[in-house]
Amino acid sequence: MNEVPLSHFLILSTALFFIGVFGFLSRRNLVTILMSLELILNSVNINFIAFNQYLWPGKMDGLFFTLFIIAIAAAEAAVAIAIILHLYRHYRSIDAEDVDTLRF
Amino acid sequence: MSISAMFFYALSAAVLVSAVLSVTSRNIFRSAIFLLFSLISIAGIYFWMNYEFIAAVQTIVYVGGIVVLIIFSIFLTQQAGVSLPAPMKGRMIYAALASIAGFVLVVMQLLAHPFKVDNSVVASRGIKDIGHGLLETGANGYVLPFELVSILLLAAMIGCIVIALKPNSTTA
Amino acid sequence: MNMFTQAVWIPLLPFLSFLLLGFFGKYLKGTTAGWLATVFLLGAAAISFNIAYEYFFLFGKDANGVYQTIVPLKMTWLQFAGGLSIDMGLLIDPIAVMMLVVVTFISLMVHLYSLGYMKGEERFSTYYAYLGLFTFSMLGLVLSVNLFQIYIFWELVGVSSFLLIGFYFDRASAIAAAKKAFIVTRFADLGFLIGILVLSSAAGTLDFQTLIQRLTDSTGEGLHTATATGFLGVSALTWGLLLIFMGGAGKSAMFPLHIWLPDAMEGPTPVSALIHAATMVVAGVYLVARLFGIFAFSAPGAMEVVAWVGAISSLFAAVIACTQTDIKRVLAYSTMSQIGYMMFALGVSGGSGEAVDGFTAANFHLFTHAMFKALLFLGAGMVIHAVHSNELKDMGGLRKQLPVTHLTFLIACLAIAGVPPFAGFFSKEAILHAAHLTHPAIYWIGIITAALTAFYMFRLYFGIFHGATSSHHGDSHHHGHEGDFFQKLPLILLGVASMTAGFIPFGNFVSFSGRPVELHTDLAFSILPVSLSLVGILIAAWFYRKPSEMPDKVAGFFGSVFTAARQKFYIDEIYLFITRKIIFKLIAAPAAWFDRSIIDGTVNTFGVAAQTGSESISDLQTGKVQSYAAWFVGATLLLIIVFIYFIH
Repeated sequence: MNEVPLSHFLILSTALFFIGVFGFLSRRNLVTILMSLELILNSVNINFIAFNQYLWPGKMDGLFFTLFIIAIAAAEAAVAIAIILHLYRHYRSIDAEDVDTLRF
Repeated sequence: MSISAMFFYALSAAVLVSAVLSVTSRNIFRSAIFLLFSLISIAGIYFWMNYEFIAAVQTIVYVGGIVVLIIFSIFLTQQAGVSLPAPMKGRMIYAALASIAGFVLVVMQLLAHPFKVDNSVVASRGIKDIGHGLLETGANGYVLPFELVSILLLAAMIGCIVIALKPNSTTA
Repeated sequence: MNMFTQAVWIPLLPFLSFLLLGFFGKYLKGTTAGWLATVFLLGAAAISFNIAYEYFFLFGKDANGVYQTIVPLKMTWLQFAGGLSIDMGLLIDPIAVMMLVVVTFISLMVHLYSLGYMKGEERFSTYYAYLGLFTFSMLGLVLSVNLFQIYIFWELVGVSSFLLIGFYFDRASAIAAAKKAFIVTRFADLGFLIGILVLSSAAGTLDFQTLIQRLTDSTGEGLHTATATGFLGVSALTWGLLLIFMGGAGKSAMFPLHIWLPDAMEGPTPVSALIHAATMVVAGVYLVARLFGIFAFSAPGAMEVVAWVGAISSLFAAVIACTQTDIKRVLAYSTMSQIGYMMFALGVSGGSGEAVDGFTAANFHLFTHAMFKALLFLGAGMVIHAVHSNELKDMGGLRKQLPVTHLTFLIACLAIAGVPPFAGFFSKEAILHAAHLTHPAIYWIGIITAALTAFYMFRLYFGIFHGATSSHHGDSHHHGHEGDFFQKLPLILLGVASMTAGFIPFGNFVSFSGRPVELHTDLAFSILPVSLSLVGILIAAWFYRKPSEMPDKVAGFFGSVFTAARQKFYIDEIYLFITRKIIFKLIAAPAAWFDRSIIDGTVNTFGVAAQTGSESISDLQTGKVQSYAAWFVGATLLLIIVFIYFIH
């Protein structure tokens, strides 16, 4: 396992992160935006695990953070989907462009 | 390059490719399936790194929970098979440029940074250790965040019900 | 002397009455409010008379028989660095005690008189509340221990005067008069304030006793710095005193700041008696008397100015008074003239020897003048009520209708004309004597003024009570209408005071050094002024007792001088010219332009810029989540680049 340098993990997570960012900015459907968000969170998880493994192998903090992030991501996804369903009822659409009443 | 390393690169490629497909596919259902592949591949990476517990949690929560939830909401809000409206071109170009620029920037930074890799200790991270760590109240214990997260999950559950509840026809 | 702490109740009682009537006066029916205020004031007057008795006869003197200055109460109100503090307290010395007696007595008389005079007035209780406020302020002024305290009460007096002049605020002329009085005196008070600053910075204190002690001590440092520094060749001390005198001249209606006083007659007549005859207008005299030590010892130049301003004012006002037809205006100019007398009496006296008698004489005249001038105003109030006019031509032959008023008015006229043995004679003789010693020119001005005073007062007297019965009041409707007992009582009391006040051995009580002085009543000296006054009275009788053509002939003889005097020597017009044509046009208009276009313009530009700016960027707030995210990501990247590559 040690023949893979840390930086490759980091490059992987960075790539995943920016794929998520790209999705977040370019997709119009709220559900797909939520999916992009999940990708971003996962990239962070990879980072935590990699750092835990390579830099502080004697500790487990990165592992625990990953656990908590997964738990929070689950909660966030549930709330987000509830909001999306509610918006859909209200606007008959889940296009992010249509949801723009919160403005001046 | 050893077999083990090739496994890692293969998994990484799977993660990235399915992620890219997930954020570009015009079919929302396919999008969700690609996300599923991506998340499973990430779980594979965790396995590969010997983080079995995290891998298991990743599989259970993401694959078994979130993705199913997402697919469920797709069914509720979308006619299956209808492709998504094309993203706006200007926004798309901007998003691509910003992502690529950010990627290049971060990679440049992290390649320039000397990480101090520690090879001296080989730690044991069995399920037992994780359980102890989570419920420990001492210096390295995580019992407080653990409890907080449980409260958060409860609150999220109640919040979901309140938000998604169909408004009563008399009050709506 | 702790027994003098009771003096604190003297100003506080009228103040309580002011608060009571101000807050609850509208619930009181009829004349209740007036009675309440009168009872309060009776208390204050009783305490003042008690203090006067105790001070002058029992405890006021120290072991050497010199009246001492007592500060029974003093507390620090504001403490500045460098030992300079503003205190609030009470100061008891001969002139303060004398003023206490005058103010409370006259105020009590006016309170009593107003019960009848103001009856049926819609804002009866407000009127009494204002009277209470005024009395409080005036008494506070009298008892002040330092320059700043006196300044505070000085302004309070100005405010209450403003309120009372403008009491009939449904009359445009009353509003204008109130404004005029306030602005003119306020302008003068600007000088007063600067003067306070000059003096206090020189002496390092505001306290009267310390101030006088430091600025008269020829070896002291304060006096040295105050006289060493100067401006336009005049020492800082003289400037300071002159500026303070400017404040005093404004309140005391000295030439050329007198223009507000005749107009102030728009107020109710008892108010004129209280404020514009007996108390507030002598505040200037009181102020100069307070600081007399500094004036006399350290700034003879300022003294000279005081003397000449007083002399000019007295003659000037006397000339105008001869030509006015509104009886209250005549009395107003007469007041100005008499205050001029007091001023020059202070101005001509020196720091020592016989010359210092002017100080006593001025205060003596202040005392007697308060009595007979208040009486004149209250009598004029009676006349005006009977005739419903202020104009002399509407009056005549009223002596049958108003017997009490007639008699007391006559006493007051004799008193002011300086006919022995009435009060005015003694004080006027003392003043003329003081002037004769040092300033012969002012002495002659005083003599001429005295003769003119006799003439115009008896012109009033004969015009009102003798002569042809004017058609205006010929109907029997007003017959026998002379007010109730409480209106006549003040007239009688003041009449008695005007007859007897002159016999008070005033020099025993009030003098600059605190030791008794002998005021001169030299028979040979008195012949000239008294005979001139008698001539004035006779001429007035000849002109006005019966309808005659003499006044018109004399007026024709003086021609343009008469017209000018009748128009008050065009002082008002000069003021208007200066303010409208010079100050407004050359200073105020450019200032207004600067304010509007530069200052307001700058502020408005900022406002408009902010508005257009925010309008132009408000499009950024689209309500669309993704555009926010796009901005957020772009800006974050930009910041990262800036921080990593450009800022180190």
